[in-house]
Amino acid sequence: MFSYCSDPSQLEGLVWLSCYLTTGTHMLFYASFGTVLLLLAITAPLALLLGYGGAMASRSGFAPLRWLGKTYTSMVRGIPDILFFLFVPIALDQAFEWVRHQVLCDSSQPVRQGNDFVVCAAAKLPLNSAADWVHNAYGLFLAIIAFSVVFGAFAANVLYGAMQAVPRAQLETAEAYGMNPRQVTRRVLVPQMWVYALPGLSNLWMILIKATPLLFILGVEDIVYWARELGGSKTSAFAYPHPDWRLYYFLALLVFYLLMTAISERVLGRVTARLSRGQATLGGEAQRKAVPA
Amino acid sequence: MKTLTLAAAALAVTAGLASAQQTIRMGTEGAYPPYNFIDDASGQVTGFEIELGNALCERAGLTCTWVRNDWDSIIPNLVSGNYDTIMAGMNINEERQQVIQFTQPYTPAMPSAYAALSADVDVEGGIVAAQTNTIQAGHVAETGATLLEFPNPDQTVAAVRNGEADAVFADKDFLAPIVEESGGELVWVEGFDTVPLGEGIGMGLRQSDTELREQFDTAITAMKEDGSLNELIVKWFGEDALTFE
Repeated sequence: MFSYCSDPSQLEGLVWLSCYLTTGTHMLFYASFGTVLLLLAITAPLALLLGYGGAMASRSGFAPLRWLGKTYTSMVRGIPDILFFLFVPIALDQAFEWVRHQVLCDSSQPVRQGNDFVVCAAAKLPLNSAADWVHNAYGLFLAIIAFSVVFGAFAANVLYGAMQAVPRAQLETAEAYGMNPRQVTRRVLVPQMWVYALPGLSNLWMILIKATPLLFILGVEDIVYWARELGGSKTSAFAYPHPDWRLYYFLALLVFYLLMTAISERVLGRVTARLSRGQATLGGEAQRKAVPA
Repeated sequence: MKTLTLAAAALAVTAGLASAQQTIRMGTEGAYPPYNFIDDASGQVTGFEIELGNALCERAGLTCTWVRNDWDSIIPNLVSGNYDTIMAGMNINEERQQVIQFTQPYTPAMPSAYAALSADVDVEGGIVAAQTNTIQAGHVAETGATLLEFPNPDQTVAAVRNGEADAVFADKDFLAPIVEESGGELVWVEGFDTVPLGEGIGMGLRQSDTELREQFDTAITAMKEDGSLNELIVKWFGEDALTFE
């Protein structure tokens, strides 16, 4: 990185450290924080969307849709996360490749040959010739799907409960004004349910943040992978030999996660205050009284 | 503008050519110096096996890229097609051959060794650390010692340093620099500093990939014959390393 880093063995103290912390591997380590944030940024809205769909389906008057919603929430919530994370990416990957194999290749060739799962070169996903980042993005994509499906199921249950918690009187009033069920849902139910959903959703968000190290299990090179890799003791085969420093690296991750949750708590506190405004809840009532007449 | 269009067209054509040739994805662990490890400066894998693998690909006329994968799942992910070969200090043995196939060995049977905090540790009755699913772990399990398994090689050494295990059992070439540079903290266990084990390290491939195995076998034979394989072994493992006759 810096010009004075060309011969690390001659360096000492802070200069050595400044070179050490800017090596190629450390850059990958820093970039992996971006991977984690990206995962959060995509998974959270996607899970919320799935949750909303799941909750709506569970409330549906149309029985098969209701069964679908109920099955989704209870099945996914009942399976251990890790099992699901291990299962979904492999299953999805093989399903995609199988479909592509049937379409793009000579489908008389069996996909399973002994121990092997073999599809033709054109059906590989991503293609063998694809750039590294494509392979990494694909791995992350599978992980995001697994995370979204799992957290979507929890969100569905939270939102379903929140919808049930909106006072019946509110909906009845809307009906009395002549709104049809769709309008009642859109204009009264959904705007009012958020304040009831928020405690549950904020819990989920915190759990999601803390679940991101599971990326490591999925083979995505995330911050935990790099912390373990960089922290391990290094002999002189490496440019920057050092003893076992895993403790410091894991400490850094600890601080990162604490910061993440601290920031989240502040933001969620504000959102709660905003959503409580004008609501017939204890929080809303307190806000109303706090405003001087 | 015209030159830009031409350049883009040329690029598109050559890109098409490049992808027409099959790219071989080479799986490795990237945590086992000097066999395979991550280069600090570039963040890419390097080591004996990387250099050898690239040379083999060049001889076989293949385009190769390297993929890192944890040791734990390195065989399952080969079998399910995430990459096409394994070069990760993997010894050829019968148990593995039931799931994958190997090329001929590209190293002689490399000796393993025990390292510990003192030279008189009882390695046949004490607690010995080894990496999961290695021939060393298999060997420890047979000796009557208590086997302590770890997912990556660095952790096996750390376990001895912090007293969790009495000794670590691994490839001698992996342990040698660690023992030398420990400043006397780690020593070879007396009488157990060279334990012959395994049939040599080979490249693992899917059992259905016979054609690819033959290509690599031919390249390995060629490198054995012209002495370039021995040169690589000496370069990475030192003058005293076992080489092919």
